[in-house]
Amino acid sequence: MSHSQTASVSIADHEVHHDSPTPIGFWIYLMSDCIIFGALFATYAVLGGGFAGGPGPKDLFEPGFVAIETALLLFSSITFGLAMLQADKGKRDGTMMWLVITGLLGAGFIAMELYEFRHLIHIGAGPDRSAFLSSFFALVGTHGLHVTGGIIWLVTLLTQIKAHGLTTANMRRLGTLSMFWHFLDLIWIGVFSFVYLVRLI
Amino acid sequence: MSADTHSHHDDHHGDHASHGHGTMGQLMIGFALAAILTIIPFYLVMAEVEMSRTALVGIIMGLGAVQIIVHLVFFLHLNTTSEEGSTFMATLLAVIILVIVLAGSLWVMHNMNENMMPMHDMEQMLEEMQSLQSQQG
Repeated sequence: MSHSQTASVSIADHEVHHDSPTPIGFWIYLMSDCIIFGALFATYAVLGGGFAGGPGPKDLFEPGFVAIETALLLFSSITFGLAMLQADKGKRDGTMMWLVITGLLGAGFIAMELYEFRHLIHIGAGPDRSAFLSSFFALVGTHGLHVTGGIIWLVTLLTQIKAHGLTTANMRRLGTLSMFWHFLDLIWIGVFSFVYLVRLI
Repeated sequence: MSADTHSHHDDHHGDHASHGHGTMGQLMIGFALAAILTIIPFYLVMAEVEMSRTALVGIIMGLGAVQIIVHLVFFLHLNTTSEEGSTFMATLLAVIILVIVLAGSLWVMHNMNENMMPMHDMEQMLEEMQSLQSQQG
């Protein structure tokens, strides 16, 4: 009797320390994703000077355009933060409103990126033009795909929250998506600094 | 001893309630810092500030690194205590691997470029070989 009691107490104690293994597991996924981006950054660093007689960064990149993309992502990070604060207070409608705004800002970012890619391919500066452009499209495209995945996840979660409210499971999913979204903004810091700005000096 | 354990539990709960998803203050401090750290490099490039190339590259990359830390601390709430430090250790491991991948790639490829025959010499050699072949044929 006393044995089983001790056991149950220690299990409860254990659960207090590890509410859910999801956050740490997802963090480890993010770190491995970070290493994928690291490899793509290294590729861009090595191949970034291989123009093959084609256009270079100064012919192709507009700092003003990149600044607006950066602002959209940073604002979307903040609105996601505001959604999380609403969710912590248990306010479903406020959470959903900020999530919708986050999704729209993310969609705006993707729209601008697609416009840029379409424009580059249209003027003959597609990924097949030079090693520089191959590595550029690989890195920025991978980031864009991640953001697109994030938007799909966000829309899915919105319907879940609408249907079931801020349940424990939905709060866990929201926390995980929040990490993913902030992480993508973090990667974008590397992109706008290293891919765009440094090459425009 | 039991008091110690108890206070530890309380800390842990406090962590979850206030720092798990951050506070309004944290979010706004993070936003202000991130905005400043974004505006400076864009200003330097767009206003074409007179400065040596090396200094500009250093400043832009340095501010980028600082902004990444700001995002980790204020938005991703990275600290040394969550999950008994596992989160922090995983991050450190990722940083070490990143440094090896980035520095290693650049070092190896630079070294290889140094030891490669320059493109100009190689084209000349190919032309000589072709003219030799046509003479033999």
